[in-house]
Amino acid sequence: MQIGLEHYLTVAAILFTFGIFGIFLNRKNVIVILMSVELMLLAVNLNLVAFSTHGAGLVGQVFAMLVLTVAAAEAAIGLAILVVYFRNRGTIAVEEINMMKG
Amino acid sequence: MILQTLAFYVFAAVTIAAGAMVIVARNPVHSVLYLILAFFNSAALFLLMGAEFIAMILVIVYVGAVAVLFLFVVMMLDINLAEIKQGFLRYLPIGALIGLVLFGELLLVVGALAAGSGGQPAAAGAIGNTRALGQLIYTQYFYLFQAAGMVLLVAMIGAIVLTLRSRPGVRRQRIAHQIDRRKEEAIELVKVPSGGGV
Repeated sequence: MQIGLEHYLTVAAILFTFGIFGIFLNRKNVIVILMSVELMLLAVNLNLVAFSTHGAGLVGQVFAMLVLTVAAAEAAIGLAILVVYFRNRGTIAVEEINMMKG
Repeated sequence: MILQTLAFYVFAAVTIAAGAMVIVARNPVHSVLYLILAFFNSAALFLLMGAEFIAMILVIVYVGAVAVLFLFVVMMLDINLAEIKQGFLRYLPIGALIGLVLFGELLLVVGALAAGSGGQPAAAGAIGNTRALGQLIYTQYFYLFQAAGMVLLVAMIGAIVLTLRSRPGVRRQRIAHQIDRRKEEAIELVKVPSGGGV
């Protein structure tokens, strides 16, 4: 059986769904939410590279590199915010982050 | 060909299983380790697709930098594991509903694509994948490449600024202050009269 584009797209779809699902499931833990976002970005990269290697040109891989860059930057900034928040409040529970609610 | 098919199914299955474990593992440290497993196996999937450069970059950037950063932060913040998993079941129905709807939509897109023109795998060019990418990003997409570098620079400076803290009451070495000292302010000459104290 030939492994085609659909197979990779299905894997990416399942991973992306797990990412969304993880955000809903772990409402208390910001770190796991950040990890879910990383999973979603990985699924997007899988899509981009799958299309790129199945006849859409190399541009998809260039864009995948940019997505990777943004994912790394997002992880760094997000975790820095998390460390500062934990230093100030002593907790990272999402439900207690409501200071800006007004 | 049969080997490639087998490899795809093994790597895809491990990737998906690791992705599932990331979101259901009770301990955040285990989540990070499963995330690393997922990254490794999707790098193998990239290799199967013929995108070697992205695969290696994925291992270096995600496993080497992002996952280790996660691991550091998870171990730095001491989190009460018992209370963090409370309410796990409360959000299960709504989360499962939204996840199923989204997955159905994604499968519809994939099915529509498969019913249409299934793209042919790109033939491996005379030059390698890495070389072809380099010829693209250093010429046509050079400004985009520079912008990616700027994003990383801004993220680095932002992370440093966010986490830098100046605690009061810490005695630091002030080199400019040391160098600025003059003889007049550092030494006091006292003429001691003979027979009296200072």
